[in-house]
Amino acid sequence: MSVNIKPIAVHVFRESVRDRVPYTLVLFAVLLIAASFLLGQLTAGQDIKIIKDLGLAATSLFGLFIAVFIGIALVSKEVERRSIYGLLTKPVSRAQFIAGKYAGLLVTLAVNVAIMTAALYLVLAYMTWQEPANVRAAWDAPGVDPALLGAVLLIFVELALVTAIALFFSTFSTPMLSAALTLGLWIAGRFNADLRNFDAVVESAPAAWLARVLYHVLPDFSAFDVKLQVVHGLPISAGYLAATVAYGGAYILALLLAATVIFARRDFK
Amino acid sequence: MAPAIRIDALTKDYAVGFWRKRPYRALDRLSLEVAPGEVFGFLGPNGAGKTTTLKLLMQLIFPTTGRAEILGRPVGDVAVRRRIGFLPENPYFYDNLTAEELLHYFGELFGQSAADRRARIPALLDRVGVGAERRLQLRKFSKGMIQRVGIAQALLNDPDVVFLDEPMSGLDPLGRRDVRSLILSLRDQGRTVFFSSHILSDAEALCSRVGIVAGGRLVASGRLSELLAFETRGWELVISDARPELIERLGARVSRTIEIAPGRYTLELPGDAAPEQLVAELTTAGARLVSVNPLRATLEDFFVRHVTETGAGARAAFADESHARP
Repeated sequence: MSVNIKPIAVHVFRESVRDRVPYTLVLFAVLLIAASFLLGQLTAGQDIKIIKDLGLAATSLFGLFIAVFIGIALVSKEVERRSIYGLLTKPVSRAQFIAGKYAGLLVTLAVNVAIMTAALYLVLAYMTWQEPANVRAAWDAPGVDPALLGAVLLIFVELALVTAIALFFSTFSTPMLSAALTLGLWIAGRFNADLRNFDAVVESAPAAWLARVLYHVLPDFSAFDVKLQVVHGLPISAGYLAATVAYGGAYILALLLAATVIFARRDFK
Repeated sequence: MAPAIRIDALTKDYAVGFWRKRPYRALDRLSLEVAPGEVFGFLGPNGAGKTTTLKLLMQLIFPTTGRAEILGRPVGDVAVRRRIGFLPENPYFYDNLTAEELLHYFGELFGQSAADRRARIPALLDRVGVGAERRLQLRKFSKGMIQRVGIAQALLNDPDVVFLDEPMSGLDPLGRRDVRSLILSLRDQGRTVFFSSHILSDAEALCSRVGIVAGGRLVASGRLSELLAFETRGWELVISDARPELIERLGARVSRTIEIAPGRYTLELPGDAAPEQLVAELTTAGARLVSVNPLRATLEDFFVRHVTETGAGARAAFADESHARP
């Protein structure tokens, strides 16, 4: 089975490289990091934190655009343009099609996130090299901090989850609606933690019950955001990282299974 | 011998309409068999159900009822796709790939090794006439060139059964000639070819058997010679050395008389006439028989009559049935 996932994944990666969208996004991310560097010059003592914070936020935001827009285009473009007719009449099951498309986009995301992270580390290395030892000693965390990689890992898992949501919606919905639903779910998921204690602020029992159900059903995207801790040099336990990655992985698996079940019965008129 | 394609009462209903969904029967209990090595022409006007049938066979859509088999395996079996090739109607492939890259991608899906693909793909692209453009991105290809690439990808795995949906579409006369000779070469190699078309001359030139579909129903199928043999609509006699008064004496027994040259005539007799009797009478009177031929309906005559009689009625019948449902 894996035989036919790989060619599809490679094709997705190649297509995304030939589409100029990821390049543009990476360029924007790099520009944003450069802007944060300039901003840092104006803020005495806080520059390294601003660079880290803006750099991670830019990686997350531009990754999100790649995940949503390319994630949705993966399936819907094939169906709309009917190139799927050529593909699904080869020895490719629909489950392999979904898995291959998803794997390809994960590789695309990984490469993009890696480029953005490398750019961020380069700026940080330059800053560290430029600053005198007494300024460096006042920092909460080292300039080129390996702990940033923990935050980058969770950003990647978050983007992988967003991609799975986009792919899930695009198996049965139009591209526009899929984009709206995916972004809507991402925003709702960002505020998921607030739903947990919703019963403390509302009196209506059904509303509190609904909030609790939503809290359990919606993905908790705030769990993936550890930028603040990393920037301020606060430790993130390996246990937290592992549990959050496992949470994201389980959610992704469930979404891909659901996408496969829906896609397996779909008519391509 | 087991059929290469077996379709058994295949039916496909769609729900149409935005608010109030109503059923629309795209295909109605279609059954047919195609033997291995046959070139089968699946004919019908636009919207008759040809593409629906092909999509059902390719599992791009699922039947409401009925079943189909290819090479003895259910159409849903992914393994059977290793042995078939499919050209969709008005194919579209990935704009940013070259013809060569597309075939490498599809070749990988068939499990072909890189060496195998490198040997096979240039030859295949040459065979369909786009070898010189194999490193050009498909976005720069004309419709006819895309059609040729589509045919190449359908033959990439050396398939036992080839399904071609309107293979002549978008091709110039040269391209159509190439595709015809390609289909005939596939037949000579013992492959089964199932192609849909509304161009009847293609079917007449290529097919051992045809099926005619109209209004979602199969209205006729069989060997061309069998289908058209029943359609003898008259006789054509050519005689020479005949005197004008002899021709006048024939009267209403002849439906049409054409004088080709002095004493030489073409006589058309109605279908129910016995040409032997007339030939005897003419030769006794001194005329010479040059030829006698049955006047058969062309496939086009046959097609037009069946499609107009049965096709329109079929959908109307379904509409009545669906209205009658509780």
